[in-house]
Formats: sequence, C-alpha cells, structure tokens
Amino acid sequence: MTPAGTTLHVPHHPARRHTRSEPPYVRRLLIGTALTFIGLFLILPLLFVFTQAFAKGIGFYFHSIDEPMAWSAIKLTLLAAGISVPLNCVFGVCAAWAIAKFDFYGKNVLLTLIDLPFSVSPVIAGLIYVLVFGTQGWLGLYLNADHPALPWLANWLNDHNFKIIYAVPGIVLATIFVTFPFVARELIPLMQAQGRSEEEAARVLGASGWQVFWRVTLPNIKWGLLYGVILCNARAMGEFGAVSVVSGKIRGQTNTIPLHIEALYDDYNFTGAFAVASLLALLALVTLGLKTWVEHKNAAVLDK
Amino acid sequence: MKTFLKILLAVGITVSAQAKDVTLLNVSYDPTRELYTEYNAAFAKYWKGKTGDDVTVNQSHGGSGKQAQGVINGLEADVVTLALAYDIDAIASQAKLLPADWQSRLPNDSTPYTSTIVFLVRKGNPKNIKDWDDLTQKGVKIVVPNPKSSGGARWAYLAAYAYALETYGHDDAKAKDYITKLYKNVPILDSGARGSTITFAKNGIGDVLLAWENEAHLVLKEFGTNNFEIVTPTISILAEPPVAVVDKNAKHHHTTEVAAEYLKYLYSDEGQEIAAKNFYRPRNQAIATKYAANFTQLKLVTLDQEFGSWAKAQKTHFADGGVFDQIFQPQN
Repeated sequence: MTPAGTTLHVPHHPARRHTRSEPPYVRRLLIGTALTFIGLFLILPLLFVFTQAFAKGIGFYFHSIDEPMAWSAIKLTLLAAGISVPLNCVFGVCAAWAIAKFDFYGKNVLLTLIDLPFSVSPVIAGLIYVLVFGTQGWLGLYLNADHPALPWLANWLNDHNFKIIYAVPGIVLATIFVTFPFVARELIPLMQAQGRSEEEAARVLGASGWQVFWRVTLPNIKWGLLYGVILCNARAMGEFGAVSVVSGKIRGQTNTIPLHIEALYDDYNFTGAFAVASLLALLALVTLGLKTWVEHKNAAVLDK
Repeated sequence: MKTFLKILLAVGITVSAQAKDVTLLNVSYDPTRELYTEYNAAFAKYWKGKTGDDVTVNQSHGGSGKQAQGVINGLEADVVTLALAYDIDAIASQAKLLPADWQSRLPNDSTPYTSTIVFLVRKGNPKNIKDWDDLTQKGVKIVVPNPKSSGGARWAYLAAYAYALETYGHDDAKAKDYITKLYKNVPILDSGARGSTITFAKNGIGDVLLAWENEAHLVLKEFGTNNFEIVTPTISILAEPPVAVVDKNAKHHHTTEVAAEYLKYLYSDEGQEIAAKNFYRPRNQAIATKYAANFTQLKLVTLDQEFGSWAKAQKTHFADGGVFDQIFQPQN
C-alpha cells in the first residue's frame, strides 16, 4: 500500500488503474448490491435476534438464560462439543497426514468418505444411528436377545443401563458425525501444498517419526488446524438436525441449545427463545472474530 | 478435608434414607405442554404429601406418532400420554413394552380428558367460515398438520370425514369427494400441531386453522382475543387422547407404583380441574359443569361409531396408499 500523500511512483499503478476502469456507476452498483445483500440477509436478522431477545427487558433476558433447563442445555452442548472437537481434531490430523504425506491404496476412497457428512442430510445421519443403536436396531436386538453372543457383555451393558440413542452418547455421536470433515478438510490441501520435503529432510537428519510430527509438521499446520477447530466447534454447538433425531427432546436432560430454543419457541415463549438464540449468535460473532484473526496469522505464515 | 467429605457423605446418606428422589419421563404429544407443566407441579406436591418422596417429571413433546416411534426405538418413557390410542397400540404391538389390553386398565378407556377439533379464524372471520362445508370454498386456505405424523391432524381429518358421512347419508364416495376438496385448500402440512399453530398464528399464514379445542383456546390466551376467534362447527369428533404406563420401562426404573399413581391422579378432582382450566374436557361431570363456559356444546360423534376402530381407521385412511395418500397432492 502506498501511504497517502506520497509522490512515489508505484510501478504497478497503471495495472491497478486498469482493473478499476469500469465506470463509477457499475462500481457503485456492485458495491451497493453486495452491501444490500449483507445487510438484508446477515445484519438485519442478527439485529432482529438481539432486539427480540431484549424485547421484555434485560431482567427477562437473564432470567431466560439463568434457569435450570437453559443451563442443562448449555452444559450438554458444551459437553458434546468438548468431546467431539478433540476427537475430530485427532482424526483430522491423522487423516490429513496419511493422505498428504503417503501414497496408499484406497486413498481416494478415504478422501471421498471424509466428505460424506457434507453430502448426507443430518436428519438421515441421525436416523442411521436410531436404526443401528435403537432398541429395534442391532444394539437392541443384541441386548434383548435370549442367548446373546458374549453373554457377560450383554449382562454388563444391561445392568449399567447402557444407552446410546435418546441419551448423551447418541448426541455426542451425532455431533461427531456432522463435524467429522471440518479439521481434515482444512488440513489436507494445506499439507499437500507444503509437500513432504521438510519432513524428508528431518528424517534424513535423523529425527524420529514423533520428532518430525511435533517439530516440523505441527508447527507448519498449527494455524490451519486452529481454523478447522474453530469451524468444527461452531458447527458442533449449532447442530440441529442430526441431534434432534437422536435426542428424544427430554427437557432438562437431552436438549442441546438449539433444541432448547425450538422448545421455547414452541412454548410460545418467543422472547426466551431469542434470548437463548442470542447466545448462539454471540458464539457466531466470536467464531468470526477468531476466524479472521487465525486467517490473518495463517496468511502471514504462508507468505513467509 | 477427609473428615469434611465424610460428613458430607453421611449427611447425603441420611437425607436419601428419609426421602427418595424419583424421576419419571412422560412422553407426550404436542399441545399438552402447558397442561403437564401445571399438572406435574400439582402431582409432585400430592406425592410428597403422601409418601414424602420428591418426584420430578421430565417431559418430552412432539407429534404423537413421532413420539410413539421414539418410545418404540428406545426413548425410555415411564408413562405415555399421547393423542390417540393407535399410537400406544403401536408401542404395545411393535416393542411389547406394555400389554395389548392396556386401554382397559384405567377408567373411560384410559382417557382422563377429551377434546375435539374446532376452527380458529382471524378476527372478524373475514372468509365467513361457519361450518365444515365453508372450508371447501375456493380461496380458503386451511392450515392443518400432517396426519402421518400428528395425532391432532388425524382427529381433524376424521372429524371432517365424519361430518361428510353424516351430511351425505354415509355415502363413502361423497365423503371422499368432500375430503379431497378440503385438502385441496391445504397449502402446507406441518409435522405437529404446535408447528401448525405457529404457522397460522405467529407467521400469519392461512385463513383457518383446524385445531385441538385446547390449542385454539391457548392461542386466544397467548396471542390475545383481538386477533383470533374460535368457530365451533355444528358437528365434530370426540377426540380421546389416552394415557398408559409403559410397564417394561417403569419396571426397569423401579417406578411402577409412582407411574401408575401419576396417571390415576389425572382422574382426581384436582387433576380434572387442571385439565378443564387448560381447556381439555374433563370426564368428571361436576367439574365439567363448573367449567361449562370453557366448552361450547356441539354434536360429538365417536371414532368407534363412525369408523369402527382405530386399527380400521388407520388402515383405510392413513396407512401407505390409504385414502389420505390418494387424495392429498402436495402443491408447490
């Protein structure tokens, strides 16, 4: 960038002028359209969420958030994200490393499978878990069988009231499924672009596998990884479809924040619903801020 | 620190020896949210007085058919309070969680309160909808949920069909013709009663909502009588939403006794009064008389009298390829 007021002749100035050769009305039209869209579809709904949330005053707002049902939803959401994000983080790094640094049979199949949760509707994902782990599914058939294989396992599971669907494990599973690709998808192109030369050099110089990973690979991908984690977390906390199928929607027990918002809305408690929704909106804003910061850092690393 | 923990533990044990904490899960249909919020508090007080135990009743709400499917797939309800008997029959037959004769275990076919289907229209009734035949006029937009997933929607469909049967001398072809015309005026089907109510009342779509009587009254309460009014048709169906203990789940949770009492207390004076206050028609005559102002008199036909039984109605009308599938074409 040229500082304002400078007389320095910038070599690529003519090129820049060329790119701005459209008449002013075209430029204004383009910028205007973009801004109108952003205003209508992003800013306005966001403002609406917050104005609705405070429609009955600040006291009602905090009352809506600080009550047992809301707290239970917040805790469950944090728990589901707290389990699924680290797991997907580990998986994402493993998968990206395998795909970017090695050649093996079935690599393309793995790449395609990682994308599966993006192409499958979340509701279908939830239903699959119900069909597999529900009492009419495989797990149910096993637990209710008269002569199950491994009887001690069946008895132990039954004695401990082992449940997946309509309980916390099902919600965690569904969350893992829908957030599965975020970290891997972020890292694969990055690691492919970086190539294997640095790792190979480290190996030649005598580093062990772990040393290569901790000292060479990880520092190279850390910003990309963080970026993936942020996106993964945002999706984990906001997921509605898949979780709604496996939750059973027991209030105070298996309702996550998005399901709690739906319940409040259906109770005609619109203000309460928007108050809790504002938490998710805040999360989105924080995510956006972090994302911009990480992108900035990442770009700096890549420029280096 | 260790002694402190021991004291805490000891206190915890003595407390738990005095009063048990019991938890029940009531899996219910869509519009009963307000009813059971009030009833659960009343029952907890009653049970505390009777046994000294604290009972917490957790609620799950949704379309009746969907909720039954949840229980079949492992949603561990101690009691179900659904919109119609067929959904509890499904739990009995498909998952064998309760005996097939569950409906004979409590008075009035295990239905402590009844309801019916009425019309909710916008203030001043701009489309002048008075009775069922006004619904088939051109340009009337009807909001009603999907009978495949919603119990209220099945009652609404059967109420309309029963009207046609009564009007056209039980001529099935004419009744089918009427119901076809009616559903031509339905632009969208929500999955549950509450979804339809919000579509109609909050989002301002449609001219008339075919609603549970209790749901229609609740809209007047929540959205104000300045915006909506209830139209009671000359004839409708006696909707009987039954209740049952899910034996296997209750046994598993050691809650059989409290679950049975929870449902029995619905028939008590207090339970009936809470039902009436929430615009469910109570079975108790004295309380029905006391709250007569809440309920408009109309001719109510029963399901058994018009359609034989739920199993038959389900097979003819709502099963895949049944009458509803033949007559309803989604319009895009």
